[in-house]
Amino acid sequence: MNSVRSGSHPVRLEQDVVLARQAVRKLAQECGLRLVDQTKLVTAVSELARNTVVYGGGGEMDWEVLEDGPRKGIRLVFRDEGPGIADLKLALTDGWTSGGGLGLGLTGARRLVDEFDIASTPGVGTRVTIVRWN
Amino acid sequence: MTNLNHRTVDALRINHGELLRNWAADMEANTSQAALKAGELQQQMTEFLRLFVRGVEAGSPGSLATGEWSEMRHFLEKLSYNWAVMGVDSQETAAFIFSLKRPVMVLLQREFGDEALFFVEQLWVVSEFIDVLAMHTISTFQKSREAVIKRQQEELLELSTPVVKLWDGILALPMIGTLDSQRTQVVMESLLQRIVDTGSQIAIIDIIGVPTVDTLVAQHLLKTVTAIRLMGADCIISGVRPQIAQTIVHLGLDLQGIVTKANLADALALALARTGLSVGRAS
Amino acid sequence: MERIPILRMGEFLLVTIQVDMHDQLALTLQDDLADRISATSARGVLIDISALDMVDSFIGRMISTISGVARIMDAETVVVGMQPAVAITLVELGLTLPGVSTALDVERGMNLLRTRMGRA
Repeated sequence: MNSVRSGSHPVRLEQDVVLARQAVRKLAQECGLRLVDQTKLVTAVSELARNTVVYGGGGEMDWEVLEDGPRKGIRLVFRDEGPGIADLKLALTDGWTSGGGLGLGLTGARRLVDEFDIASTPGVGTRVTIVRWN
Repeated sequence: MTNLNHRTVDALRINHGELLRNWAADMEANTSQAALKAGELQQQMTEFLRLFVRGVEAGSPGSLATGEWSEMRHFLEKLSYNWAVMGVDSQETAAFIFSLKRPVMVLLQREFGDEALFFVEQLWVVSEFIDVLAMHTISTFQKSREAVIKRQQEELLELSTPVVKLWDGILALPMIGTLDSQRTQVVMESLLQRIVDTGSQIAIIDIIGVPTVDTLVAQHLLKTVTAIRLMGADCIISGVRPQIAQTIVHLGLDLQGIVTKANLADALALALARTGLSVGRAS
Repeated sequence: MERIPILRMGEFLLVTIQVDMHDQLALTLQDDLADRISATSARGVLIDISALDMVDSFIGRMISTISGVARIMDAETVVVGMQPAVAITLVELGLTLPGVSTALDVERGMNLLRTRMGRA
């Protein structure tokens, strides 16, 4: 598996969520993802970037275009230095929410991508990694 | 990788006509090349040798990325792509390049045979060059083949399950054969797209031709029905076999709010009624 | 401030969302619609999302809320023009918008509203 290109976007303000979506849409098109897969990835980005802004107090989205044989994919890492999540298992339960949302942000995003990984330390920050292949 | 000595480069350039003849003779004797026309092959060989001589004059091919060798790289990529599409197999493609080794060796032996050390050293360098070219050709050949297979699979998927228009505003998707998750997904997506394209109010998914479904496929079916509703159209599932009905109940899948009919005819009658149409015998 | 325009067509309100919405814009629309329903005594609300290439849980929730608020104020809401890829993604996300009426396009949405009015 090779990393072809990579970069980073700030995710600090609400408007950055929109910009992150647009940036990932462009990457997904370049990687030849089908429209449905593009939409799933962009929607996951929206959920995760919002979490970074609202709960993480802002952070970064690192992106990477991957190549594995004939397959192309995108890996995204959302990282913040916010309060972190104390109970990851609970946070990954459908319908659970700490804010005013529907509690579908994390769990929903997980269902929309091929690979999902979350690491969080209370007081240090949260890091969510997702991958979507074409 | 070291460069070739200028004497070797000169020998290759001066004798390149002879090299081409010997190479062609070897190719003819050793490989079938059934898929390729003789004239075309000759043309490819001429071009390859021209680029090869031009390349060695500039130095070692390295990763083929730079300068004089980049034209060779494009040539090889185009060649392996074309051959992959034409159905030439990988062995023949590799043989095309490797078979240049013998004529080159014969030539170098004649020119430098009495300087054993120099001869062996140069032979090794040339051999390395040819290996690099062959490796690159095979790897692009492989990629091209994979791309061809992928495209064919997609075409097959689309062919295997056509969405048909039964009436103005009524689409049907007759599904036949075993459904796997990927096929279901692609087929369902094309149904949804057709609903938008045709502005159809009702979609009938007929699964009488489907012997069994697994959990994933059943779930996919249900998700599709929900997605169709979100788009503002209605969905009827017809032809649910007893085994499949049992599977769905066993899996505990919720079919509430989903309209099912025993067969396509009943589904069509319902669809017509919903669109305000009725069918009667002309007296 | 940036706002999504709300058009009045007889006793219906029509909203066409054509921008990639950030959250605040969605919340503003939610408030604006409630105000307009009240001010115009509208009986129906059409939300055209055919230009949206993505609906996440936030926008989904906005749609559900608008629909719920409108119903309390005696107005029906119909969401029209959801793209196939968006619909598939929403279902995968776990959002099925129960209780929200849908139609393929504005015209059919309008007809649906009229039928409902006639019945009521």
